[in-house]
Amino acid sequence: MAEQKQRSDEDSTVRKLLSSNLTWSVVALMALIVICTIFDHGFLRLTWNTNTGGLSGPLITMLQESARYLMIATGMTLVISTAGIDLSVGSVMAVSGAAAMQMLVSGINVWVAILLSLLIGLVIGSISGALVSILGLQPFITTLIMMLAGRGLAKVITSGQNTDASSIQGGAPLRWMANGFILGIPANFIIALVIVGLVGLITRKTAMGMMIESVGINPEASRMTGIKPKKILFMVYAISGLLAAVAGLFATASVMRVDVVKTGQDLEMYAILAVVIGGTSLLGGKFSLTGSALGAIIIAMIRKTIITLGIDSAATPAFFAAVVIVICVMQAPKIHNLGAEMKRRRTLKEQAKAVTA
Amino acid sequence: MSSAQAQAIKVKAKSFHRIDPQMIPTIAAVVIFILMLIMGQALFGTYARLGFFSSLLIDHAYLVILAVAMTLPVLTGGIDLSVGAIVAITAVVGVKMTMAGVPAPLAIVVMLLIGMAFGLLAGTLIEEFNMQPFIATLSTMFLARGVASIISTDSLTLPQNNNFHWISDEIKIIDNPKISNDFSINVGVIIAILVVVFGYMLLHKTRTGRTIYAIGGSVSSAELMGLPVKRTQYLIYFTSATLASLASIVYTANIGSAKNTVGVGWELDAVASVVIGGTLVTGGFGYVLGSVVGAMVRSTIDPLTSDFGVPAEWTTIVVGMMILVFVVLQRAVTAINEKE
Repeated sequence: MAEQKQRSDEDSTVRKLLSSNLTWSVVALMALIVICTIFDHGFLRLTWNTNTGGLSGPLITMLQESARYLMIATGMTLVISTAGIDLSVGSVMAVSGAAAMQMLVSGINVWVAILLSLLIGLVIGSISGALVSILGLQPFITTLIMMLAGRGLAKVITSGQNTDASSIQGGAPLRWMANGFILGIPANFIIALVIVGLVGLITRKTAMGMMIESVGINPEASRMTGIKPKKILFMVYAISGLLAAVAGLFATASVMRVDVVKTGQDLEMYAILAVVIGGTSLLGGKFSLTGSALGAIIIAMIRKTIITLGIDSAATPAFFAAVVIVICVMQAPKIHNLGAEMKRRRTLKEQAKAVTA
Repeated sequence: MSSAQAQAIKVKAKSFHRIDPQMIPTIAAVVIFILMLIMGQALFGTYARLGFFSSLLIDHAYLVILAVAMTLPVLTGGIDLSVGAIVAITAVVGVKMTMAGVPAPLAIVVMLLIGMAFGLLAGTLIEEFNMQPFIATLSTMFLARGVASIISTDSLTLPQNNNFHWISDEIKIIDNPKISNDFSINVGVIIAILVVVFGYMLLHKTRTGRTIYAIGGSVSSAELMGLPVKRTQYLIYFTSATLASLASIVYTANIGSAKNTVGVGWELDAVASVVIGGTLVTGGFGYVLGSVVGAMVRSTIDPLTSDFGVPAEWTTIVVGMMILVFVVLQRAVTAINEKE
């Protein structure tokens, strides 16, 4: 009897582990690392680079790249959990990056440049937030407009040029942010983790997270329980804009150059993908920051895998689209019901067998 | 004030009210189009010429087709973000085939088939797997763009003496002594007009059209009424993707070349046309003809901004602001309607 109970306990933990999205994310990450190691035996090698004062190796560059995805995925998670979407993150990245580079070139102090470009991201996010919350526009149309206008704004800021600030003196703090190391680990990855942690603390240790989720489930009902859905909506878009600006700084500072067309291009898709991988439903009402963070790292890892396997980089969007389609199909109620249906049939069959026996 | 006067005012107010308030954005779009033409004519003197209209029609026939294509999903409250990418993949495949010596009619059929396949995929994802339309078409957009990039990233040019030229050859309708006053169209424009007629007939003269409006009003009500929602949704995304490949044929024949980056942002141009033309982004209200006006407004922005000497970077901002203004206008009109 006791044995049986223990077994059922074990069963339930195993089942819990199997049903958790996080487990599958970790498995997927491991699988990708294994694939890369098979193709490139030196993939897991870590060396200490005395020039930069940090570790170096393929995994480290992957972590460095993942920082920007962590940022936009975190913002996107909050927005999606209110049943919205932020398609403008890629363009906001380009705007903030362009602003920072342009300010550096025109001789503005690096800290002022960082602050101002973060502020620009916050302002763009706030505009989307105001349009969605106060005017009640649809999120995807609003952020689609911001995506369009933001890309134009980035081009206006640099007058269509790809501003290069690599030769500018005094850009060191920004460069350190993207390429530096803290205790041997990439600084931008640590900064990103700290920010994700902060957002996690604010949302999960206070009622904020639940308020955001309740707005995602039913804004009218949440208003009646005393939550202010408009404020919450405004806030999530503003945060998403700010975090996208941080991501833009990471992306441009690593090469100290902004490419007004390519910086942040397609990244809204990556952010949505990271969120979906992390188990946050696109219908809103539920979110998992840990899941999205893992999702962001998986995105960086997929990109690394594509490079390691030597697949043409032009194929990347098709590859990601295939991943999104597979994940969304897996999440579809039809597939879930299919599993339940098969189980029901099996038990029916067993019963029939028992009866005939 | 005499009572007769007051009555007259009342009647006037009533007759003003008879115009459906939801028509206001469409009327505004027509007014804006005329104002743009007047402004262009007054400042630069080229906007009233027949030649201007010819080039407007010939150069933007593809946008008219895309606007009609986009109207269908937007009417149901959905969206098709994949149209631009479908233009890219069909253009690349079509030109690549022609370069390999495949006859043009076959290439055109293959282009249409590719569009249909993407439409079916989007429809399946939306209807069978409950994906939101914009996520489903966002993924087919990336898929189409990615496959186009895998096929080729070079700029491909149609070979000389290809059989596409019958689409782009200009037909003079009005032959003026002044060349800039010639009015000419090509088969591409005729195709676009046929597409508009098709869209109009589909939406206003068929049961499917009524079902599309019903879905836009409320999906669950449409289902409860026993309307074939699923079949109609399939048809909508199938049609919009097929029309996108048709737009690609017209555009490719005009330009004579193709690249994997062609059509970037065209889904936004199409959405802009539809929204400016007065179709509600929440679905349930709008016209194909409005979208055509929207497409004309969108196409006139380009020559106007370049004549004003506005840097090209600003165009996207202008278009973005324009969509925003119209969406806000729609929102205001809907709010007024609800109050009444």
